[in-house]
Amino acid sequence: MIGFLLRRIAWGTLVVWLVATLVFVVYFAVPRDVARLIAGRQASEETLVVVRARLGLDQPILVQYGRFIGRLVHGDLGESFITQESVVSIVARDIPVSASLALGGSALWLLLGVGAGVVAAIRPRSRTDRSITALALFFYSMPTFLVGQLLLYFLFFQLYRVGFEFFPPGSYVPFTDSPLQWARFLILPWFTIALVTGAAYARLTRGAMLDALGEDYIRTARSKGLPEWRVVLLHALRSSLTPVVTQFGIDLGTLMGGAIVTEVVFGLPGLGREVVQAILKQDLPVIIGVTILSSALVVAANLLVDVCQSLLDPRVRAN
Amino acid sequence: MTTEVLVQLRDVVKEFPVQSSAAFGGRSERLQAVAGVSLELRRGETLGLVGETGCGKSTLARCVVRLLEPSAGQVLFDGHDISTASHAELGPYRRRMQMIFQDPYGSLNPRRRVGSIIGDPFEIHGIGPAGQRRRKVQDLMALVGLNPEHYNRFPADFSGGQRQRIGIARAIALRPELIVCDEPVSALDVSIQAQILNLLDELQDELGLTYLFISHDLSVVRHVSDRVAVMYLGRIAEVAPSAALYERARHPYTRALLSSVPAFDPDERRAHASVLLTGDPPSPLDPPRGCRFHPRCPRAQARCAAEVPQLIPRAGDGPEHTTACHFPLADGETMSTDAARSVTA
Amino acid sequence: MSAAPPIRGRGPWELAFERLRRDRAAIASAITILFALAIALAAPLLAQLTGHSPIEQFTETGLSPTGIPVGPGREFWLGTDGLGRDVLVRIAYGTRVSLLVGVLASGLAVLIGAIVGIAAGWHGGAVDTLLSRFMDVVLSLPFLILALALAALVGPGLGVSIFLIAFFSWASVGRIVRAEARAIREREYVQAARALGAGSARIMFVEMLPVVSATVIVYATLLIPSSIAFEATLSFLGLGVPPPTPTWGNMLTDAMAYYKVAWWLLVFPGAALLGITYAFNVLGDSVRDALDPRHDQTIGAGRGGAG
Repeated sequence: MIGFLLRRIAWGTLVVWLVATLVFVVYFAVPRDVARLIAGRQASEETLVVVRARLGLDQPILVQYGRFIGRLVHGDLGESFITQESVVSIVARDIPVSASLALGGSALWLLLGVGAGVVAAIRPRSRTDRSITALALFFYSMPTFLVGQLLLYFLFFQLYRVGFEFFPPGSYVPFTDSPLQWARFLILPWFTIALVTGAAYARLTRGAMLDALGEDYIRTARSKGLPEWRVVLLHALRSSLTPVVTQFGIDLGTLMGGAIVTEVVFGLPGLGREVVQAILKQDLPVIIGVTILSSALVVAANLLVDVCQSLLDPRVRAN
Repeated sequence: MTTEVLVQLRDVVKEFPVQSSAAFGGRSERLQAVAGVSLELRRGETLGLVGETGCGKSTLARCVVRLLEPSAGQVLFDGHDISTASHAELGPYRRRMQMIFQDPYGSLNPRRRVGSIIGDPFEIHGIGPAGQRRRKVQDLMALVGLNPEHYNRFPADFSGGQRQRIGIARAIALRPELIVCDEPVSALDVSIQAQILNLLDELQDELGLTYLFISHDLSVVRHVSDRVAVMYLGRIAEVAPSAALYERARHPYTRALLSSVPAFDPDERRAHASVLLTGDPPSPLDPPRGCRFHPRCPRAQARCAAEVPQLIPRAGDGPEHTTACHFPLADGETMSTDAARSVTA
Repeated sequence: MSAAPPIRGRGPWELAFERLRRDRAAIASAITILFALAIALAAPLLAQLTGHSPIEQFTETGLSPTGIPVGPGREFWLGTDGLGRDVLVRIAYGTRVSLLVGVLASGLAVLIGAIVGIAAGWHGGAVDTLLSRFMDVVLSLPFLILALALAALVGPGLGVSIFLIAFFSWASVGRIVRAEARAIREREYVQAARALGAGSARIMFVEMLPVVSATVIVYATLLIPSSIAFEATLSFLGLGVPPPTPTWGNMLTDAMAYYKVAWWLLVFPGAALLGITYAFNVLGDSVRDALDPRHDQTIGAGRGGAG
């Protein structure tokens, strides 16, 4: 078990390191004038020299890389080119938003997706199944931002026109301040994420359940006289959950790094929106910081999922 | 039949590393599928190779045609050592030796047309202008008893027996000297088996082929072979001309195998009185010391657990009949399991 | 053998095609796609017909006196956008971008994925380990962030979009193909080919590729809608094909600003986007069912759901 864990952690660290290196190469090693970027087009030569010295850009590339990794290991992600604020504090500010979004959204999509998948699988080819499948495909096909926009239009705007301002976009209230308001601003974003991802999970679950329900051991369980709900929930669902759990790890990790599109559509001040704005403004330290953090979160989530799975299924460990 | 030797195997060993998944430490063990085999294949003959599943005969077959490289020992083809030859060096030898596989459903690519499959040897070795290849393929199809007009069909359109014919056509395309037949009829219905065996027989006469015929089915092997070798757990137990093996088997394992074949002749039935082997079939990962058969052998003595018996003529046999046993059965001796004592390893 | 009448055997492809032909959903989606293709090809025609080019701003007739876009009517069949441009014509031109990016990105992704997968699966050993690890790394990359960052860096454009989408999609195909190739490697017909003296290249192309191609085609079809969605997302965030070229994504960005007063800016491009991706997904599912009645999970980089 320990060996398994260590190997996974080593692999995860390698991945994060690779992402960091990739980002570094893309932004610093490729010939472009970073100094000019920060100082602005009109900057004079003297200013550029000063900027370069301050950022250490006049050093050979390997030295810069070494310092970059060194600072990374110490948790120093530098400062924003634009606001001078420490990237770490920017991230600390944004994470609660993204985390709230991720946790609520994922809980909802698990509920909706897995639930729908199970319901569809119990009665294959029935009208319920076919409507669920069609609906799932419908949401699965839509890009997330479109779902968000549609929800905004129908559930916010139309209601707003008749006087019910239920789910306005554009702000975030921390849970600690007011749980109700917190939820109110997050409901539409949660549903946006949940509908799209949930659709994928519905398909996944349905497929896995159909496979499981066709197995002999299910037939045995039924012939033993077990009530149908037990057969479905305790037996079939349990074995179908493996691919779902794997996928969940990946998705949750990705989401924690910022549900970019959703945050943009609803104007939520999370990591996703932060990084998009940083990209458009070429604020390198923020871009780099958030990117590395995102991949670290995905790796951590995958690790968690792997550990859980290996606890549930010893065969995973042997691989 | 000339006595020229076409293939010679000298102490061939083939091991596979096996990851032991039971213990978490994952010790890497070696599985000895072939544990020192020396055999001779003479030009024009059919040598049968029999043994139970897992005795290593398929592995040995693949070493002969160099689909596998032996871990130790030598494989000589027409006097040339091909044991460690590279892919490039093996080129010319590939044309002279071929293989027919057991599974008629697995040995043909389901996505390719039959004509294309049979034409592979020509394409691979650059034989003949492309235009003439189709003719050659159709000639081959006719030769093995298939309708040449089915050139463009897919394997799924053919029966098991027909598919084996396709495999045979592919194997004889370049007129090889040796064909290794790895259980060519085991997956077929009994009535079809006879047809395929007859085809192989005809082809042997017409094309002067040498066969290494592998099977677990003794009655089939008896029918087709000139000589027979019996294999057990990676080693050869006995080699003899076909008739001699069936009438005067010396190795207790051979007797046990023979006794499992239903016989019509009452004399034969008496001679091959039922021998029940005791003990569990051993694991190739942890083979018994000395004679590998001794834990299950009713005749085993202390010597059997200590010393590996050589494959030499015994009990007054000539050089053609060799047995690897310290206590071979004499002429007329029967093996009865009543007096058997099971010797635990 | 018996002299059977000259029935030409139906190969696995023909059988699959037959199954597809009988699938009503497949037919419906195929028709939708062909319709979209027609629109894309006929875009200049539409521009001529209506007298509006996709980038022309009709500030007189296209905007109300207060500068609000005009709704669907006789002059502008699907209304105008914030700059007075004809929505219908823009959607038609946007179809070109979506189809082009979708098909090319998907094609490129499966090409790379198939080659890498077959090479890794066939060679095994060090080559396989190297390629597999590489695929794992690519799959671990936060694709949207990196795609955005790279697009911003290099400068957004059509080719850039295609390349980026393909880069983040090929690895999932590669992994699946590799698994299949590994299984095929042990099949007896591959052993037979080796026994005949076939070299690696020949085995990979002549033996493995035809068998793997069924899977590859399914994934190619399923990657198209996710590529289209990915492109739309890039455009929506401002890093897709740059203006003034109309794409459904950047039209929807406009919708963000105007949806409260101009519902047609949201509904029409949205419907087009949804319609095309839905049709391709249905087609992909049908192709998968036709080629192999047993199927499994969902794929695609732009389809991780998150974001």
